[in-house]
Amino acid sequence: MSIGLGHYLSVAAILFTIGVFGIFINRKNVIIILMSIELILLAVNINLVAFSAFLGDLTGQIFALFILTVAAAEAAIGLAILVVYFRNRGTIAVEDINMMKG
Amino acid sequence: MIATLAFYLFAAITILSGLMVISARNPVHSVLFLILAFFNAAALFVLLGAEFLAMILVVVYVGAVAVLFLFVVMMLDIDFGGLRRGVMTYLPLGALIGLLLLVELAVGIWTVSERGAANLAHPTPEGVSNTEAIGRILYTDYVFYFQLAGMVLLVAMIGAIVLTLRHRPGVKRQSIAAQVHRRPKDAIEIVDAKPGQGV
Repeated sequence: MSIGLGHYLSVAAILFTIGVFGIFINRKNVIIILMSIELILLAVNINLVAFSAFLGDLTGQIFALFILTVAAAEAAIGLAILVVYFRNRGTIAVEDINMMKG
Repeated sequence: MIATLAFYLFAAITILSGLMVISARNPVHSVLFLILAFFNAAALFVLLGAEFLAMILVVVYVGAVAVLFLFVVMMLDIDFGGLRRGVMTYLPLGALIGLLLLVELAVGIWTVSERGAANLAHPTPEGVSNTEAIGRILYTDYVFYFQLAGMVLLVAMIGAIVLTLRHRPGVKRQSIAAQVHRRPKDAIEIVDAKPGQGV
C-alpha cells in the first residue's frame, strides 16, 4: 500500500482543523492563538508541497517558501505587539483588548 | 514499505503534537510541542522530496520562530492559570465548528484526483537536486517576489524593533558626544587660593 496525495491532504486537513479548534478553545491566551495560526500555516504548506510533489510542478514549493516568509514576519510582529500590550496592561487576555473600540 | 511506515509515524507525531500545542497547560510545553510538530512536518517534506523546504522549515521555524515564542513566553510574567479558565465554555462551539470544517475538508479530499494538471507551470526537472531546481526558478521567474519577501522581512524587523523599543525617563546613560566635546577650560577651573583663606 503506497502513500498517495490523499494521505498528505488528510494530515494537512487534520492539522488545519486542530489550528482552528485551538483558536476557539483558547480564547484568552494570545500566545496559544499565535501558535495555532502557525499550525494552520504549516498545514497549508503541507498541502502545497504535497500537490507540488504529486503533480510534478515546482511552483507549489516556491509558494510554500513565500508563505514561510510571511509566517515568520507575522510571528515577529505579533509577538512584538504582545510584548508592548503586556507592558501597558499587565495581562495578555484577548477579552481585555478593547481600547480601540470606537 | 519503509516509506509507508515513516509516513504514518511522522504524520501521527505531527498531529499528536499539534493537539498537545493547543491543550497543554503550560505554554512552554506548547512551544516545545510546536517545535516537535515542525520537525515532523519537515520529515514529511523530506518524504515528499522537498528537501530544501524541509531544511528551511527547521531553520526558520525551529531556529527563529519557535525560539522567539519561547523567549516571549518566558520573558513575560503572565498568570497562565487565569487564562485557561473558560476553556470549557468555548469547547462545544469549537468542537462543532472543528468537526464541520473537518467534514468539509474530507469531502474536498475525497473529490481530489491524482490525474495531474494538463499543463504545468514549472515541471520538476530530471537529474537536478531539489535545491538547485528551486533556485533555478526562484531567481529567474520569481525574482521580484523573492525581493518582495525580503522587503516583508525588513518591514517586519523594523516594525518589531520600533514597537518594542522604549526610552525610560530618568535613566542615566553615557553620552559619548558630550564626553568627546569636553574642553579643558570647561572641565577645570584654576583658582588662585590665598594662604590661610581657602577657596
